[in-house]
Order: sequence, then C-alpha cells, then structure tokens
Amino acid sequence: MSAVIDHHTDHAHGPAKGLMRWVLTTNHKDIGSMYLWFSFAMFLLGGTLAMVIRAELFQPGLQLVDPNFFNQMTTMHGLIMVFGAVMPAFVGLANWMVPLMIGAPDMALPRMNNFSFWLLPAAFGLLVSTLFMEGGAPNFGWTFYAPLSTTYGPQSTTFFIFAIHLAGISSIMGAINIIATILNMRAPGMTLMKMPMFAWTWLITAFLLIAVMPVLAGVVTMMLMDIHFGTSFFSAAGGGDPVLFQHVFWFFGHPEVYIMILPAFGAVSMIIPAFSRKPLFGYTSMVYATGAIAFLSFAVWAHHMFTVGIPLTGQLFFMYATMLIAVPTGVKVFNWATTMFRGSLSFEAPMLFAVAFVILFTIGGFSGLMLAIAPADYQYHDTYFVVAHFHYVLVPGAIFGIFASAYYWLPKWTGHMYDEVLAKTHFWMSFIGMNLAFFPMHFVGLAGMPRRIPDYNMMFANFNMVSSIGAFMFGATQLLFLYIVIKTIRGGKPAPAKPWDGAEGLEWTVPSPAPYHTFSTPPEVK
Amino acid sequence: MASPEKHEIYYVPEQSKWPIVGSIALLVSVFGAGTLMNGLSSGSGAAPGQYILFAGLLLLVWMFFGWFGNVIKESRQGLYSSQMDRSFRMGMTWFIFSEVMFFAAFFGALFYVRTFAGPWLDGIGEKGSSSILWPEFNFSWPLVNNPDPSRFPGPHETISPWQLPLINTLLLVSSSVTLTLAHHALRAGKRKALQNWLLLTVVLGVIFLGLQLAEYAHAYRDLGLTLKSGIYGSTFFMLTGFHGFHVTMGAIILTVMLIRVYKGHFTPENHFGFEAAAWYWHFVDVVWVALFIFVYVL
Repeated sequence: MSAVIDHHTDHAHGPAKGLMRWVLTTNHKDIGSMYLWFSFAMFLLGGTLAMVIRAELFQPGLQLVDPNFFNQMTTMHGLIMVFGAVMPAFVGLANWMVPLMIGAPDMALPRMNNFSFWLLPAAFGLLVSTLFMEGGAPNFGWTFYAPLSTTYGPQSTTFFIFAIHLAGISSIMGAINIIATILNMRAPGMTLMKMPMFAWTWLITAFLLIAVMPVLAGVVTMMLMDIHFGTSFFSAAGGGDPVLFQHVFWFFGHPEVYIMILPAFGAVSMIIPAFSRKPLFGYTSMVYATGAIAFLSFAVWAHHMFTVGIPLTGQLFFMYATMLIAVPTGVKVFNWATTMFRGSLSFEAPMLFAVAFVILFTIGGFSGLMLAIAPADYQYHDTYFVVAHFHYVLVPGAIFGIFASAYYWLPKWTGHMYDEVLAKTHFWMSFIGMNLAFFPMHFVGLAGMPRRIPDYNMMFANFNMVSSIGAFMFGATQLLFLYIVIKTIRGGKPAPAKPWDGAEGLEWTVPSPAPYHTFSTPPEVK
Repeated sequence: MASPEKHEIYYVPEQSKWPIVGSIALLVSVFGAGTLMNGLSSGSGAAPGQYILFAGLLLLVWMFFGWFGNVIKESRQGLYSSQMDRSFRMGMTWFIFSEVMFFAAFFGALFYVRTFAGPWLDGIGEKGSSSILWPEFNFSWPLVNNPDPSRFPGPHETISPWQLPLINTLLLVSSSVTLTLAHHALRAGKRKALQNWLLLTVVLGVIFLGLQLAEYAHAYRDLGLTLKSGIYGSTFFMLTGFHGFHVTMGAIILTVMLIRVYKGHFTPENHFGFEAAAWYWHFVDVVWVALFIFVYVL
C-alpha cells in the first residue's frame, strides 16, 4: 500500500464551518454524503407510507384508511422510493466513490454537482407537499397512466408533474457529471478496461439516464398540456391515444429499472471478490454483459403492456427481446458464483448483503421471466405476483446493493469500523423480514389478488397477515441501520486505510477517513 | 510519481452560492407555474401564480448571469486547463444529446399516432376494432376531422409547407452557414468578419422567430388550427413550439456571444463558449429540418 498522499494535499484546505459548508459546497465527498442522507430520509418516509399500506392490508375489509388515501399511499410510496431513495443513493455512492476509484481530484463539474443535489430537496419538498393539498396527493399509481392522471387526477397533479421535472433535471445533470468524470478524469494508466466495475456500471447507467429522463420529461409535459391547455395526446376523441402514454412512459420506465439495478451490480462485483479474496471472474464479460443489458433495455418496454391491446407481432417481439435479457444477466450471476467458487470466503456484513443480493435478485429475475411470457402475463398482470416480482428485484436487489456498499465503504467514509454484530443483526432481520413480506405475495398474486386495492377476498387473509408482519419487521429494522451508521460516525474501532484484506482499488490507498481533498495530483496506475 | 509542475492542476472551484440560488429559483418558478395553471383551469384567476412565477424567473436570470459570469471570469484568469476544457465539451455534448431525446419523445408521439393509433381508430390494421368507438371516423393526415368533433373541433385547413415554412427553412439553414463563417473568421483572427457574420446569424434567427409567430397567428385566426384542435394541432404546436423556444434560447446565447466578441473575450485558440453556442444552434437547426420534413411536408 502506498505511503499515503499527505504531501499532495498541501495546497488544499479542510471544509468550511457550519451549515453553509453543506449548502455552498463543491466537494464530491460532502455532496455524496448529502445525497446518501437525503436518500435515507426518503427511504424512511417511503417506508412509512408502505407501513400504512401493510397496516391496511393486515386484515381483509377496510380498516384504517379510506380507499382514496390508500391510493395516494401506493402512488407516493412508489414515487418516493424510485426517485427519492434508490436513485439518489446510487448517485451519492457515485459521488463519493467514483473520484476515489479512478484517482480524480473531484467530480468533473463540481458546482453543477451541487446543483444536482439541491434540486432534489426542492423536487421532493414539492412532491410531498401534495399530500397536504386540496384533493390530496396523486392517487393514480406511480406509473400515472392517462387518462387516470390527466382526466381524473386531483389538482395536485400539476405540482407532481413539476416535481418530476425538477428530479429529472437533477438526474440529467448528475449523469452528465458522472460521464464527464469517468471519461475525462481517470488517473494516467487507468484504461477503461482497468476501471473498477462500479465505475463501469455507473458509466452505462449515466448514459441510460441521459437517454431516458428527457423522455419522461416529454411524457409529463404532454400530460400537463392535456390537463391545462386542451391538447389531445392521450385522448382518442381528438385522435390521440391513451396507450401512447404507456408507450412513452415505459420507453423511459424500462431503462429506469436498469438505472436502479446496474450500479448495484457494479458494487456487488467489487464486494464479492474482496470477501472471496479472489479477483472478479470474467471482468471483460461483466463489462460487455452490462452494455448488453443497457442496449436491450431500450427494446423491451412493451412487456409492461401485453394486456393493453397491442398487435400480436409486437407482443412476440417484446416477449423474445425481454427473454434475451436473461442471457447477459445470467452471465453476471454465473460470474459472481464463479468468483466465490473455491475462494477464501468470509461473511462480514457487506458480503452477507452481497450474497443475499445474488440469490434473491435471481429469484426476482426468474419471476421476471415468468412475466415476460405474454400469454402467461395475461394471468399475472396487475396481480400481487407483479408486486412480488419488482420488490424482489428492488429490495434485495437495489437496496441490499446499497446496504452492502454502505457497510463496505463506511470505514473509508467515517474512519471507524461499524459494529459487526449489530450489522449482522441488521442483515438477518432485513433478510427474514423482506422474505416474509414479499414471498407470500407470489402466492396471493398467482391466486388472483389484484394490486393497488385496499380490500381483498378472505382467502388471502393469512398470507397478507404474514406479509404485513414481515414488512413491519423489515421497516423497524431500518432504524437499527440508522443507529449503526450514527454510532460508526461518532466512534468505534479506528479503520485502517484498507480494512478488508481482499479489497482492491485506489480508494484503499488513501487514509480512512478519506481526507477532504484526495488525488489533487493523479496517482499513477500500472 | 508525477510532480505537480509536470501535471496541470484540475481547477476545483471554491464554495459557490449559485447552485442553491438556482435550486430555489427553479422551485419558485415551478410552484408559480403550477399555481398559475391550476388557477387558470379552475377559473380562480392568474393572480398569485403569475407573480410567484415571475419572481422565480427573475431569480433564475440572476443565477445564470452570476454563474456564467463566474465561469467567464475564471476562464479569463487562466484557471482552466485543457482537461477542464474537455469536461466542458463533454458536458455540452451530453446536454445536447438529452435535448435530442426530449424531442424524440414528441416525434415518437407523432409517428405512433400516424402509423398506429390513427389507422386503428379508422378500422384499419390489427387493432382496427377500435373503430367501434367512432364508426364514422376516417383517418387522414394532417387530421382535420377528429373522431369527436364536438369535443375537439378540427382545423378548417392545414398549413402549407411551401410558403412560410419553406422560407423559415432557408433562413435557419443559412443562419447555420453564417455561423460557421463566423467561426472560421474567429479562428483566422478576423474580428470584423466575425462580428458581422455573428450579427447576421442572430438577425436571421430573430426573423425566423418573427415569421414563426406570424404563422401561429395565421393558424389561430384563419385556419382554426389551435392546441385544442385535436392531435394534429397538439403535435404541431408542441413540436414547433418547443423548437421555437430553443431558437429563442439559442438567439439569446448567440447575442451574449456577440457581446463577448465585442468585449474581445475570445482568441483564435480559446473560445469554447462560442463553440458550445454554435453546437447548440446547429442542433436546433437539425431539429428544424426534421420538423420541416415530418411535420410540414410529409
């Protein structure tokens, strides 16, 4: 390990004092921390809404909330988790780690970086405020299909549209920054094919973001025009088509799914080798598989729309294209398993989350394959089976990826080791809670329980109660995570520069906690 | 290990207030715009919304002046290395790509309606059963008779591409040429030629906008073609409207560049601000050519 780089930072100064440090900062580590805290706050808020949903569904019959409020809960839960929790968490990880991984002094465009972040509190302040507006918050589901959102939506839909615009501007600027950083700021000698997987997956994710966030902006703009200015994009009476909404939305929406999972792929591809004490198996194929997934993600959107009335040719095309995605994803799962094969494994918290990620994400992938089969999807569509599927790819997929990353890099961020016993408790409680919550949804879904309905048939009662108990367990456990992080920040065993003996990469050559400015002079990569 | 002398330092700016000013400005603007639209649609009037929107836009203008002023000052102090220059170039390139995708959403809507949704409503094709909704409906493009004319009365006439739109095409294409001539003059260090060609570019852009406004007035007054006249009016006004908005932004950016030329900010080697403006202008031009073909002619 290199004798650390104190003399590189001699012209640099530490952070400013007080609140304004955070408001005015241009430092990638400050901004990364703000992203991560913001995302965690949104995770708790979105989680609270999920608790309301699960409390209502604890027993059949209408118990706690009225159906309109229930609809607002499902809508806001989805929007907050997708745009407020998962995406900002990965941008935060990218902000913190990409410059450290590629040996850059900061992000390529530091002021714009801060702009990207501060648009998020604006966007979500506006979005959450709709809960308190006359007529209530958006209640048409996070996919806001027209005409439910245009003709029948509440007045607050206007503000929802603008909140999406702000979040979209933030994402686009963040993605531009990440691309410019990765393509332009790598240390001498770090060729693209020597880059850590997390940087690779983020490079491809950033491309997806720039390609599809403007399309989302376009579709919400069409909604806005239909609502307020009398256009007829989504009204067949004027020659438009409500199905047009779904096409444009899912052209954004499907790549968006990969935006939420690819960075987790990257992080897991670094964590598994570190705790297997072996290099990643098949690095090159990992890179190409990521590229292939991103490429295919543009050609599968209508698999969300099999039941809406699209031509048979379209259904066949989108069915086969969707199944093709299983090939590069299979390459990845194979590589992770092979990396662990005959490694010297140890199971610290990051590795536990990473291994659970591989297994449970694969389950979510398989239910995705079931849903990809158009004739079978006619049965599954809009049932709890779909809910089970996407929660299996998002919770133990994206969110376990984030937890794995957080534990893996917490020592670098804070300079302290986290409490391993508590972290393992967090893992097992999350693992059990999450499986209790979402596995029974497969069964009730296949038996025909529709999603987004506050009441259900008596025959689903037992499984729903199990789901609710699991969800409460998973939700409560996340407060433990908050406690672990605060405890780690405030103290704990001092972390060495490289706390994991199998870890590789430039981020482990700087001290822990990482100094305020790192790599002001680029390191040489051999 | 490379010594600092041999390696250019990448300039990481100190704290800046402009990002937070920009965030607040955008939040105030969209809150104002939303309040305004809800007020107009519900009939309670434009009152608070328009003032909030105006305040937000003022803040936004202030942010742009301050932020870009900062960047210009730093650039002229020689703080930017060639690596920084590359970051700016990548940033602008990917920004323009995002704009392309924004227009792609609206072009996609146009193609979808013309190729699929329209014929289906007319009973043609695999989903032709949609024609049971309005059995009388006949699809043609540009769509003049909407499926439900009582809710969406169609236009009496459509816009002929071979009058104003053709003139506008010639105007914008020649403005791209004059801008390239200005760029050549800048690189050759011919200040006077640069000023003239750039001024001519801005003038051509402004004439384009004037003619576009005249065309809108004509459409609303004489043809009955409005935002409310069905999918033809919707796609027509949204595509040309967003394009016109981009031409307006481009003309403002080029005007700023013209002022900077008069102030002598650019050198034959170092003029990325000018180049970024030029890229943007060419992008707007290409979008227009696509518009002319797919919205007006075909």
